[in-house]
Amino acid sequence: MSGRRDIFARRLDLVHGCVEMSHGGGGRAMAQLIEELFLAAFDNDWLRTQDDCAQFAVPSGRLVMATDSHVVSPLFFPGGDIGCLSVHGTINDVAMAGARPLYLASSFILEEGFSLADLQRIVESMARAAQRAGVPIVTGDTKVVERGKGDGVFITTTGVGVVPEGVAISAGRAQPGDAVLLSGPLGDHGLAVLAQREHLSFDAPIQSDTAALHELVAAMVATVPGIHCLRDPTRGGLASALNEIARQAGVGMRLREAAIPVREPVRALCEFLGLDPLYVANEGKLIAICPADSADALLTAMRAHPLGREAAIIGEVVTDAHGFVEMETAFGGRRLVDWLSGEQLPRIC
Amino acid sequence: MKYLDEFRDGALARGIAARIRQEVEPNRRYALMEFCGGHTHAICRYGIEDLLPDNVRLIHGPGCPVCVLPSGRLQAAIELVERERVVLCSYGDLLRVPGAHGDTLLKVKARGADVRMVYSISDALDIARAEPKRQVVFFAIGFETTTPPTAVAIQQAQREGLGNFSVYCNHVLTPPALRALLGIAPSPSVLPSPLAKEKSGTRVQESVDGFIGPAHVSTIIGSQPYEFVAADYRRPLVIAGFEPLDVLQAISMLIRQINASKAEVENEYTRAVGAEGNRKAQRLMAEVFTLRPTFEWRGLGWLPNSALAIRPEFAEWDAEHRFDIPAIRATDHKACACGEVLRGVKRPQDCTVFGTACTPDHPLGSCMVSAEGACAAYYHYGRFRQAAAS
Repeated sequence: MSGRRDIFARRLDLVHGCVEMSHGGGGRAMAQLIEELFLAAFDNDWLRTQDDCAQFAVPSGRLVMATDSHVVSPLFFPGGDIGCLSVHGTINDVAMAGARPLYLASSFILEEGFSLADLQRIVESMARAAQRAGVPIVTGDTKVVERGKGDGVFITTTGVGVVPEGVAISAGRAQPGDAVLLSGPLGDHGLAVLAQREHLSFDAPIQSDTAALHELVAAMVATVPGIHCLRDPTRGGLASALNEIARQAGVGMRLREAAIPVREPVRALCEFLGLDPLYVANEGKLIAICPADSADALLTAMRAHPLGREAAIIGEVVTDAHGFVEMETAFGGRRLVDWLSGEQLPRIC
Repeated sequence: MKYLDEFRDGALARGIAARIRQEVEPNRRYALMEFCGGHTHAICRYGIEDLLPDNVRLIHGPGCPVCVLPSGRLQAAIELVERERVVLCSYGDLLRVPGAHGDTLLKVKARGADVRMVYSISDALDIARAEPKRQVVFFAIGFETTTPPTAVAIQQAQREGLGNFSVYCNHVLTPPALRALLGIAPSPSVLPSPLAKEKSGTRVQESVDGFIGPAHVSTIIGSQPYEFVAADYRRPLVIAGFEPLDVLQAISMLIRQINASKAEVENEYTRAVGAEGNRKAQRLMAEVFTLRPTFEWRGLGWLPNSALAIRPEFAEWDAEHRFDIPAIRATDHKACACGEVLRGVKRPQDCTVFGTACTPDHPLGSCMVSAEGACAAYYHYGRFRQAAAS
């Protein structure tokens, strides 16, 4: 790498510099951006080949592939940024099949004029997240659009993983009688982003829960290989995720409001903004559906992991021709927990 | 959350519910109308109806600002933003309400019009300050609760000489709507006639035995303006907060009045409402607004002295003065029963298009859009009841 640096007249200005159209033009400027910024941060054998693709051995078993685009605004928020979010998001999508994530690809759409210092911050955050998760970013792409045609940076990540033998996890497998578990309190990500966007400040700021959940999933699958369904309740929150599952599986759900964990500051801010935490996005939580007789074992396994410490059994799957997700309210009545209609909080991930 | 959790306490709710069950007379029917969409929302979200005996029936009233705005006024705003290329600032709920021909502010926004969702009128003021070359119009709707902030913003714009800011005023008043409802309601009901029938066979206004009175509106106007409900129409009214225990407690108070054949204005929401209301807010409203001789309400028709216009001395900040905004008569979708729902004549699920042609994602009428709309509340929280009944 260092041997080739002489083709660049001087190093990228990562303090005052900004993205220029030439950074996506396929010429020397693009090569420099890739080498001094992306490669420096993501450094691994696959990237060092500087091929347009990554070659890797395929382990035996079923492969899983998932992709996720990230357009969050603002790019930096309490507890995270678009960089680590784009790594966690795709790892989690792969992990929700019960899979072990193996590799990531990342694609950047940069807006002309975007600060290189901010881009470096984002890329380094991605690199840290990927390294912590043990899932390397092995290939990527960069495009630049004219000023005003983007919003700083959009990132798409794609991941592949492999499902362990004997694991078959899919929303369609949810069955009446199954238990519904949730790995922790709801709403932190959506509100952290919203609070930052609307300049709402609090004594104890709400932090995004963005996290890679594959290790929690591995611990869960090791304890209860017969888990029927996993889903991370991102946009649309718990409510939308459960309605999706109910629809895919042709079942209904019955929840107990009192059992659903929501942290006090999140509850208070939701109250203030007129939001329902059941519909607010999460980036480090999962829903698990398993046979009722495995629920306690699964709960114990979840609580033994740092990302599932506040896990809870929140309800059960029932037979319901209408596919309704109903909830016993803490007040003592019943209500429907419907799909989200419209968009509650745009540009959340 | 202090001051909230104690008003959502399930154990206290069970206590009040038990008392209500003891006190209701089995052969009597209690038809109670909650005026406000905020109450409707609490009733559906917390499942309050599950705690009530079968002969206590809740009827949803017209207290939803987005719902009662007639299509013509909305269509005028849609045409204004497209024709004059202004920045139109609106609350989010309004964006999806159909105007004439099914057009919405969201659709004109997608076509390129500058429609911006704001949380309050002060956001619109900020936009006007930040973009002095653009004309910024705030689409003001709401009852007495949201009117004082509009008054403050108009005064602020005057003080700053903010020449590019104006208000499209659609503020309406609560007491005239209550009076209109009472004017069309027959006398209190006795079992077993839940819905009175006219000779022609069409439904008329269901009897209302008592009212759950507005919460936030009453913090501004106080309890005094409702006295006519008791004095002229012999119906009890209990002002109640928007928390579920407030609603349950108000129902209990109404039942006691009805059992004792009383008709009084009572105040459950004493932590926020006094008899006289907020004098300062009332003064602000009087300084900036004047009564319109008449105004159209969706569902209730043209009601005299029921809405506010901006006073001539603030005409510079009145969008209806600054721009040519023609009066538009637009009819609602012919299958939409929002009018009857707003009058309490029909329940949301009685509408033939409820949940089929009309859903929150594809609303035909305003009651399916607003967070305070009865149809939206039923659709989001209570649809399973309809399914269970069928």
